Amino acid sequence: MRDVAVIGVGMIKFGRYPEKTVPELAGQAILLALKDAGIDMKEVELMASGNLYQSNAMIGQRILQTIGQTGIPVINVANACATGSTAFREAYFAVASGAYDVAMAVGSEQMGKMGLLGAGAAGGDPAYSTEGVLGSGLMPAVFGMAGVEHMRKYGTTQEQFAKVSVKNHKHSMHNPYSQYQTEVGLEDVLNARVVSWPNTLYMCCPTGDGAAAAIVCSMEKARQFTTKPIRVAASVLTSDPWTQRDLTMPDINTLTRAAAKEAYEKAGIGPQDLSLIELHDCFATAEILHYENLGICGEGEAGRMIDEGATTIGGKIPVNASGGLLSKGHPLGATGVANVCEVVWHLRGAAGGRQVEGAKVGLAHVIGLGSACTIQILEKV
Amino acid sequence: MAEAPAAEKTQRAIVPFLKIPANPAEKPYLSGSRCKQCGATYLGTRMACSRCFSAETMDEVKLSDRGELHVFSIVHQSVPGVPTPYVAAIVDLPEGVSVRCNISGVEADPKNLKFGMPVQMVSEKIRTDREGNDVIAFSFKPI
Repeated sequence: MRDVAVIGVGMIKFGRYPEKTVPELAGQAILLALKDAGIDMKEVELMASGNLYQSNAMIGQRILQTIGQTGIPVINVANACATGSTAFREAYFAVASGAYDVAMAVGSEQMGKMGLLGAGAAGGDPAYSTEGVLGSGLMPAVFGMAGVEHMRKYGTTQEQFAKVSVKNHKHSMHNPYSQYQTEVGLEDVLNARVVSWPNTLYMCCPTGDGAAAAIVCSMEKARQFTTKPIRVAASVLTSDPWTQRDLTMPDINTLTRAAAKEAYEKAGIGPQDLSLIELHDCFATAEILHYENLGICGEGEAGRMIDEGATTIGGKIPVNASGGLLSKGHPLGATGVANVCEVVWHLRGAAGGRQVEGAKVGLAHVIGLGSACTIQILEKV
Repeated sequence: MAEAPAAEKTQRAIVPFLKIPANPAEKPYLSGSRCKQCGATYLGTRMACSRCFSAETMDEVKLSDRGELHVFSIVHQSVPGVPTPYVAAIVDLPEGVSVRCNISGVEADPKNLKFGMPVQMVSEKIRTDREGNDVIAFSFKPI
């Protein structure tokens, strides 16, 4: 395996674009990334396209039809919420293996106001639908229960989970790509209507539309294009191993811990070496769990970490400087590429009002329920 | 010419792992499978053990109708047609199996729920399917 660099990134502001098609959204992000890299489509040798809801409809090829068809291999990727980050990993491995010099990952999604994930009615008689009868497979409830498990183990409070929402919304004020840029107070969060206890409305990420793209290149060739290549120090993907509660209670912890261990080993660093983290705060409860899963604090210490402001910009280890999924939005296929964009901007010192000063190493984490976990560690060269 | 007799309406379980005994005096129960090799126990059936990978036939086991509340959430917003609020929960059974279920018999409020509280399985008809059969579901209620 050889060293790989990110040489260009681009994304559109997440939001709702009912008048646009997915290829138009993705095409915009790609053109931004190509411009950022200073190359054009004829230099791209492979494309990995992450999109969940149109992955059965050759979406990657349709995107290229809007911006340039060169006959390159296109891989359409679907991996739940980890769709975009898995596409990034495909592009990374295409180059790391030595098979290609320049590859592109694009993530896109158009969800509109689709709402609660996991609600898809299977074919057959709706009389046999188990939703609301045998508990809930809806994401707000799944992540609600995961948070409640942390409460049970460590006495974590709803207020501590709510502080994640306050922090991430505060960060979003400086991110022009964020779907929502609204500051909320702790009382606002706690008094908002409950979606799935303990998560209230402001503790749940919005649905929406978006796209992001990243161009990766062999490190040796990267110097031709940029004086600030960002090295991909690790790109890891795991699935859920057997655990006792298994499919009944989707386990978001074990596979994240396994991915973190592997990523730190590959990058030759530990959590103490990170300058910033973009992690998968699909719900406020999730962020607290991942502090421990990613090893930035000890077991049961995540509640104290949010209380002390350690993960706010300016704190010991800023988490979700972008505003996180809670503010920035979570158009599924776009999310994993967008958090690579965010980390790259910080490592270049180009993150504007939300810049984490002196950022040298950043981690991007995504989890897709079912389950898939990706971790990318990026570093300034 | 005589009309063909209408198909007999029966009770049908909402999921395959809820078993309804033919004898109405016997209560519906949850069915699991236990790996002959390592003893890992699962709700429903598996083709092979996902813990030890043994593909030997698994033993079918009748699971206990009593368990303990592991975790819960109060669902206030669901898909259209599902009444809210309700308690969504994970219940642990003594066989080492966990079950996703509703907690019934209490108002959907966190103050009514205690970690580890004992719960008992109950089953009832919840709907009628397209063919007119009774759809039977289960939930757990605090003892």
